[in-house]
Amino acid sequence: MASAGHTDRAAQATVPPGGGDDAPLIRAIPLRHPWRNTFAVIVLLLFAGFLYDAFFLRTEYHWDQFGKYLFDARVSQAAMNTLIITVLSMVSAIVLGVILAVMRLSPNPVFKSISWVYLWVFRGTPVYVQLVFWGLLFTLYKSFRVGLPFQTPWVDIPFSFSIDVFWLAVIGLALNEASYMAEIVRAGILSVDRGQEEAATALGMSWSQTMRRIVIPQSMRIIIPPTGNEVISMLKTTSLVIAVPYSFELYGRTRDIAVSIFDPIPLLLVACAWYLLFTSILMIGQHFLEKRFARGLTMTDMTKPDVVEPQSKADHE
Amino acid sequence: MTQFTEQLPVQSEVAPDMVVAERVMKQFGSNTVLKNISLTVKRGEVMCLVGPSGSGKSTFLRLINHLEKLNAGRLLVDGEFVGYRERDGKLYEQKPRDAAVQRREIGMVFQRFNLFPHMTALENIIEAPIRVKNQPRKEAIARAKVLLERVGLAEKAKAYPGHLSGGQQQRVAIARALAMDPKLMLFDEPTSALDPELVGEVLDVMKALAKSGMTMIVVTHEMGFAREVADSLVFMDGGVVVETGDPREVLANPQHERTQAFLSKVL
Ligand SMILES: Nc1ncnc2c1ncn2[C@@H]1O[C@H](COP(=O)(O)OP(=O)(O)OP(=O)(O)O)[C@@H](O)[C@H]1O
Ligand SMILES: [Mg+2]
Repeated sequence: MASAGHTDRAAQATVPPGGGDDAPLIRAIPLRHPWRNTFAVIVLLLFAGFLYDAFFLRTEYHWDQFGKYLFDARVSQAAMNTLIITVLSMVSAIVLGVILAVMRLSPNPVFKSISWVYLWVFRGTPVYVQLVFWGLLFTLYKSFRVGLPFQTPWVDIPFSFSIDVFWLAVIGLALNEASYMAEIVRAGILSVDRGQEEAATALGMSWSQTMRRIVIPQSMRIIIPPTGNEVISMLKTTSLVIAVPYSFELYGRTRDIAVSIFDPIPLLLVACAWYLLFTSILMIGQHFLEKRFARGLTMTDMTKPDVVEPQSKADHE
Repeated sequence: MTQFTEQLPVQSEVAPDMVVAERVMKQFGSNTVLKNISLTVKRGEVMCLVGPSGSGKSTFLRLINHLEKLNAGRLLVDGEFVGYRERDGKLYEQKPRDAAVQRREIGMVFQRFNLFPHMTALENIIEAPIRVKNQPRKEAIARAKVLLERVGLAEKAKAYPGHLSGGQQQRVAIARALAMDPKLMLFDEPTSALDPELVGEVLDVMKALAKSGMTMIVVTHEMGFAREVADSLVFMDGGVVVETGDPREVLANPQHERTQAFLSKVL
């Protein structure tokens, strides 16, 4: 039955012979996807069943407790801490990552090796283990000494201070993440056409000027999307800082509350709800950032208004 | 007293020749790209460098601009050694900073323009004068506008390279090189990446530049340009200079077999 209407419209769509007009728009009947729809309905039914079961039949979820703790002051404060740790460690990781990537690509073999060894260590060991080490920092290193091996040091200043576990957590996460950011930045830098570096060099720009002014700005387009992923990943990795041990972030806090009320499930759900909220916001942010940098790709919207300045003629005389 | 003055191989008159190459050799690994290049480019001279693909033309330009290091022979630009310094009969490797200083006065134009895509035409031109020569921004902008006018693109100052045609991009690239006030301009096949109808506008700019007295070395397949503008033509093949002379004579009456074979393909 659909085919009858189809031929009628196809007949209408013929181009008028010799006419200077545009051809009429094609109005074909869209393809049908019956199996796709059936599959969607089955999935929806299963999901609805799961939700019904979770909300009305499965008492272990304790939805009343979920509601009670979702906006508990301790929980929202912990959520805030998670966010702060994420931002602080991510910002430091990006800065350090850029430095490491530039070192890795520099013509200086010493810089190259330092960067390589850094990446080898920090990417090659689990972040959880690294965090445990950072927690033990002041147990391992009790004083600051300067001297020769096997002799009494000239200077020996015992550490009379200790760094707050919050900062140890941030340092631990940042140093680990920097190794991943370094690879992302390196890929971005390598994506820039070699001719750019050559042109800048030929103009007499130094290697560091070339990097800062020419290469890195152009590599941003490649660097931004995976960095967005890293931020989202970092948000969730903060749940591991319990290894330091720091436990005032979202996961640690909800777990402690769960232990005190002997009811883990609703508080896990509370933590998940907050993580989902944050990742959703970050995903929206990433979407807009990517759009912005895709704009640079086509260059169409990047042109500044292409106008002749009124006084420019006079300038030239 | 130690004598620090360099022993110039050319007669030390007031102004030495712009480029002097003596038995220049360049290898990439075991691949000897330039075998034995000797040539001289005088001040104000326009030299066209032609030759088949892979004959080492780009490599020779890159040597002059310190983008590669030569392996043997000597190369002087405006009386100064390229790649190393000679002092008391010993050779010292050159510092990158010294190379950059010498490079400032050598302009280079590439086959694929290599404009900075994240900067407008004007920003492309003022970048190096501001960063490298510490020229005040206002001054650099005023100068850039004059240069854009000279290459016929005054109204494109605020356009990004992605918005310009190939010919326009290449003209901006020439303006960018000129902004550093070079004493020598190197062109590496400046019109090879252009649609045929855009070649003329770039060649016109280069002709005007030649007329203004700029010393230029131009790698090109545009024999019309060579015939009209160049003072000398050098034909390179297999890493050696096969034939050199007045472009009109060489083109009309090539002496060497290889030159004849090459020209019959190009013309
Ligand atoms: N950086 C490099 N490393 C290794 N080999 C190189 C390098 N640059 C150039 N070569 C080699 O040197 C030879 C000459 O190259 P060059 O680019 O100078 O030739 P050309 O005359 O400019 O050719 P074309 O007309 O194709 O541009 C080629 O065989 C090339 O493979
Ligand atoms: Mg070449």
